[in-house]
Amino acid sequence: MPRSKVQLFITCLAEQFFPGTLENMVALLERLGVEPVFPPGQTCCGQPLYNSVFKKQTRGLALKWLKTFSRSEYPIVSPSGSCVDMVRHHYAELFPPDSPERRLADETGSRTFEFTEYLVKQLGVRDVGARFPRKVTYHASCHYLRGLGLRGEAKELLGAVDGLELRPLPEEETCCGFGGVFSVVYPEVSRAMMENKVQHILSTGAAVVTACDAGCLMNMGGGLKRAGSSVKAMHIIDILAAKE
Amino acid sequence: MSVPPKTISFGKYTKHIPPGIPSAVQKATAKFWTSREARVAELPQWEDLRRAASDIRLHTLRHLDAYLERFTDRFAGAGGRIHWAGDAEAARAAVLGLAAEKNVKTAVKVKSMATEEIGLNRALQSAGVEVWETDLGEFIAQLAGVGPSHIIVPAVHMTKEEIAGLFREKLGVDAPADPTELAAIARKILREKFLAADMGISGANFLVAETGALVTVTNEGNGRMCTTLPNLHVAVVAIDKIVPDWESLAVLLKLLARSATGQKLSAYTSFITGPGRSPDEGGPGEMHLVLLDDGRSRILADPGAIETLKCIRCGCCLNVCPVYKNVGGFAYGWFISGPTGAMFTPQILGAKTGRELPFASTLCGACNDVCPVKIPVSDILLYLRGRVVEGDAVEGPAAPPLIRAGARIGALALGTSWIYRSGAALMRSLLSPFGRDGWLNTLPPPVDRWTRVRPFPLFKSRFRKWWAGRDAAGPAGHAPFENKTRDGGKS
Repeated sequence: MPRSKVQLFITCLAEQFFPGTLENMVALLERLGVEPVFPPGQTCCGQPLYNSVFKKQTRGLALKWLKTFSRSEYPIVSPSGSCVDMVRHHYAELFPPDSPERRLADETGSRTFEFTEYLVKQLGVRDVGARFPRKVTYHASCHYLRGLGLRGEAKELLGAVDGLELRPLPEEETCCGFGGVFSVVYPEVSRAMMENKVQHILSTGAAVVTACDAGCLMNMGGGLKRAGSSVKAMHIIDILAAKE
Repeated sequence: MSVPPKTISFGKYTKHIPPGIPSAVQKATAKFWTSREARVAELPQWEDLRRAASDIRLHTLRHLDAYLERFTDRFAGAGGRIHWAGDAEAARAAVLGLAAEKNVKTAVKVKSMATEEIGLNRALQSAGVEVWETDLGEFIAQLAGVGPSHIIVPAVHMTKEEIAGLFREKLGVDAPADPTELAAIARKILREKFLAADMGISGANFLVAETGALVTVTNEGNGRMCTTLPNLHVAVVAIDKIVPDWESLAVLLKLLARSATGQKLSAYTSFITGPGRSPDEGGPGEMHLVLLDDGRSRILADPGAIETLKCIRCGCCLNVCPVYKNVGGFAYGWFISGPTGAMFTPQILGAKTGRELPFASTLCGACNDVCPVKIPVSDILLYLRGRVVEGDAVEGPAAPPLIRAGARIGALALGTSWIYRSGAALMRSLLSPFGRDGWLNTLPPPVDRWTRVRPFPLFKSRFRKWWAGRDAAGPAGHAPFENKTRDGGKS
């Protein structure tokens, strides 16, 4: 199998809070014959600033990101749907039409993929050879679902995991209440939304809830913890890398 | 009661949401949503219809001057009289003027968002006119002394038990908590009012430029009573309600009831073209139309926000909005709530008054996907966030300068590699001693806004070290970074 290469866009949230997921992402890519490279200049894509519309500051972070990743022509793969949505769909609008920055944003954005999207749509992989004999329910993260238009990819991959029993989550496509800055600007509303989500997760009887975005997992995982539940919030990569 | 507020504090209101509201709202919106899903599934061309409707609305808005002129010509030709109202005050004055001129004692009303917007009921009551809301939900809201908490179902926040209690208290009747009986009580009272009223007041869902017709979409039959029984019919309608012709109207009608209540069509779709032409024909002797601008011209001229006005007030975005469903309509501070209210209110009342509303969204995008006229709600909310934070051509910034300073610091920390990395390392070593099972249960203000709700994970950045160690030792021997070679990711 010819070894293709990808650039790892690890995202600030996953770097700080999900290091194991990143290590698993590297292992999985290698298992699939893909060689990851890591551009060390990366920090944050700028989404928190974009969502609060600090345009100048967002532009600065976007330029830094583009400089870091456009040095290589390899595709860019990330464990976060919302960060990919930011790069692919919102970088371009930060720069004037026909500007070199706009062209760079368009070109680089078009080869930036969310991890499961890369597996299913670019590599054509469904079965990664994982084994995870537990009951799992899946939450569709908003930007993964509506921003990137990914509806079936994650569940296809989960469906091929040996021993995994996928339990449908009521209101699977409803936001968990994270919303980036929203979670601290309106904590009480965020709580109400998160508690709805936690109730739905518990109603499935699953031992694990999974998603394709670190933000949602922090929110749901914290919510489950606070509720005293033993249900774990796991990134889909950690399930796909499992061989237990 | 739809008096424009000075400031809208979404945050303050939502600190203590009355516990009954989310459950009542979720129950009702779920019912509408389920029906809507079923109706949409029956129409394979739904997405084509949405695209067509979006085009119709945008085209009309871009040529609104011409269509308004055509409409008013035809409306006047049919015997109606037009009153232009630049703002809410002018609109109230027009209606009050008519009430005084015709010596109106009692008015009956069809449910109308435009009259809520201008606070008409209060103005009429102050002028000594008795006003009765005749839509059941609006009747209940009026008795309770509140504005509508949902575009389609004004009293969505109340349970049948609460409504029965309200009827007993305000109407002095023996009211059981039974929807049919409650409706019967309201009907009995309202029948007398319909017959006694000197003035019928309505809004309109659409104004058809081709013929000058006013279109109302209702379910209870009260609309027809209000617009035909009293001798004077006054409609208050915003200028963005124009549709060019019957063909465009047909597209919008296909989408409206399906999106709003999950009906194919509402029970009544009424076309009213001018007053009654002869005593035999029936209908009011006079028909007046107050055309309300109230800030819409300003939105029309703003390319970043013009699509706000495509809204046909179906309320579908409320039914799918996880924020609205957990806070109810009153959190949005004015007569219009949910995602569409969060877009509309700050533009009409100003970014200063409405500055919290564009942030009252997780930007989850559920509204964008269901909007029958394809309003990019999240994009417009982001655009309005920009107005609040940095100001724009329309208004200056409304957010405190402290927030801007915070953003500059945040951008510096996230955008400078060494600060980002050492900051993360610092957080890891500072916070680790306080962690339990990988989580922090409490954090100091202002970040306690997170931990009040759920614990925060410990900082665990170790990937760079792991990667470097692996590079040094690993047989795979990846160089940390490689030069350009076209390789591609496709297998």
